[in-house]
Amino acid sequence: MASHPISILGRISWMMTSVISLLVVWWGAAFVVQSRYLPSPQEVFSVLAIELASGELLFHVAMTLMRVAASFTVAMVIGSAIGIAMGKQVWADRLFDGWLMFFLNLPALVTIVLCFIWFGLTEVATVLAVAINKIPNVAVTLREGTRALDPVYDQLATAYRFSRWKALRHVLLPQLAPYFAAAARSGLALVWKIVLVVELLGRSNGVGFQIHLYFQLFDVAAILAYAISFIVVVQLIETFLLQPWQQSVVRWRA
Amino acid sequence: MTALKIAIRHKPFARSDGELNAIENIEIEIAANEFVAVLGPSGCGKTTMLQIAAGLDDDYTGTVEYAAGLKDKMAYVFQSPTLLPWRTVRRNIELVFSNPQDHAGTIASLLESVGLAGSEDIYPQQLSMGMQRRASLARAFVLRPQLLLMDEPFVSLDETLADRLRNLLITMLADNPASVLFVTHDWREALSLADRLIFLSPGPARITGELAVTLSRKQRTNPADLQSFKDANARFFLSGEA
Repeated sequence: MASHPISILGRISWMMTSVISLLVVWWGAAFVVQSRYLPSPQEVFSVLAIELASGELLFHVAMTLMRVAASFTVAMVIGSAIGIAMGKQVWADRLFDGWLMFFLNLPALVTIVLCFIWFGLTEVATVLAVAINKIPNVAVTLREGTRALDPVYDQLATAYRFSRWKALRHVLLPQLAPYFAAAARSGLALVWKIVLVVELLGRSNGVGFQIHLYFQLFDVAAILAYAISFIVVVQLIETFLLQPWQQSVVRWRA
Repeated sequence: MTALKIAIRHKPFARSDGELNAIENIEIEIAANEFVAVLGPSGCGKTTMLQIAAGLDDDYTGTVEYAAGLKDKMAYVFQSPTLLPWRTVRRNIELVFSNPQDHAGTIASLLESVGLAGSEDIYPQQLSMGMQRRASLARAFVLRPQLLLMDEPFVSLDETLADRLRNLLITMLADNPASVLFVTHDWREALSLADRLIFLSPGPARITGELAVTLSRKQRTNPADLQSFKDANARFFLSGEA
């Protein structure tokens, strides 16, 4: 990960410049088009303020976030277990290779529709559908990580009689941590987008449901207000949780 | 009293041109607090033998027997320092204890004696090779082992530093006696440290001879004495050591 040295202040000011330039382009386009189907930033933010004040926005964002958290956790746990097994055991790798190929290429929409048909319009079906979409990616990343493990550290753990838990906690997981971090970051980006589709198809709350509702009303300002608020939430998680974690797991690299 | 008894009938070694034996019929017995050096050419299977002795490799025919309770008092020094790169020197050493907080004093004094005081909170990759090897020695000694298995621990160091670390090993063994199985391809190193030498042939490894080292502590530090001892026992050293 090559990064040019740049101060935090410099990074923030560039980020502001970038966001403001996007807003300016948007505002300019809205000004030229003059259509209710392309509202200006001010209109969108006033809708956002109203939805925020009424509590509607927070409720739907919270519902979506809970689904994201549940399916993200399920996908990370199951995907890691499969990926580590495939990296360690040749038979598991050969057995599941075809499965991975199948699920990696299965369109998200098909998984969602099938889960709703088989398990009904329930939360379990929602979480399952999203997790199934993410599991193969996690498995592939963790398989790579497991293949890159250095066997000499296993010998260290055996020679110094580490317990299974200690070997897992202090030898195996730290070696895999960069792969977990990479899977988590790409996973969050994928999972929340799929959750929105699931909500649109078969839930009665959440950001995806609201977007569907406002689509039927052709209310573009509300659609954008919900989209932006969720982008902000995801970016906050990314900036204040996932990025610092990813940096902390590789801090020893001098 | 026997501390460790190794009897390896054969150890298969997979190669593209078919399977052959890496080790054939090696029997080694080490007495309590005896220092045995195994001397053999590079690639003859010394490391494999040591890994079998430590229980790191199960794919062999034969037996390895430890004196009662000795396996729990074993420490292994790898050919590479094998420090976990994501832990500082101190935290690497702490890892061999299940309750490191009870051993803070031991750890600190050992780090002091290997000359790593002040480097405790540094990550291994920021240390020189010599310092990493010292940390790896400290990790082995901090357990007060009664059985010490060492795989060319001083290889690829300059002679001055290697000598200092050998002296450190002798000092630490004086404080904390242990049975040692020490693998090397350097006959000077073997003669300067060991009570007994075991010679291995090029692969597949077989024992070609055994020799008790009857040199005083002082003679061991004198290159001329080492050379004349080697010359007097020249028939043992025929299997290719320089």
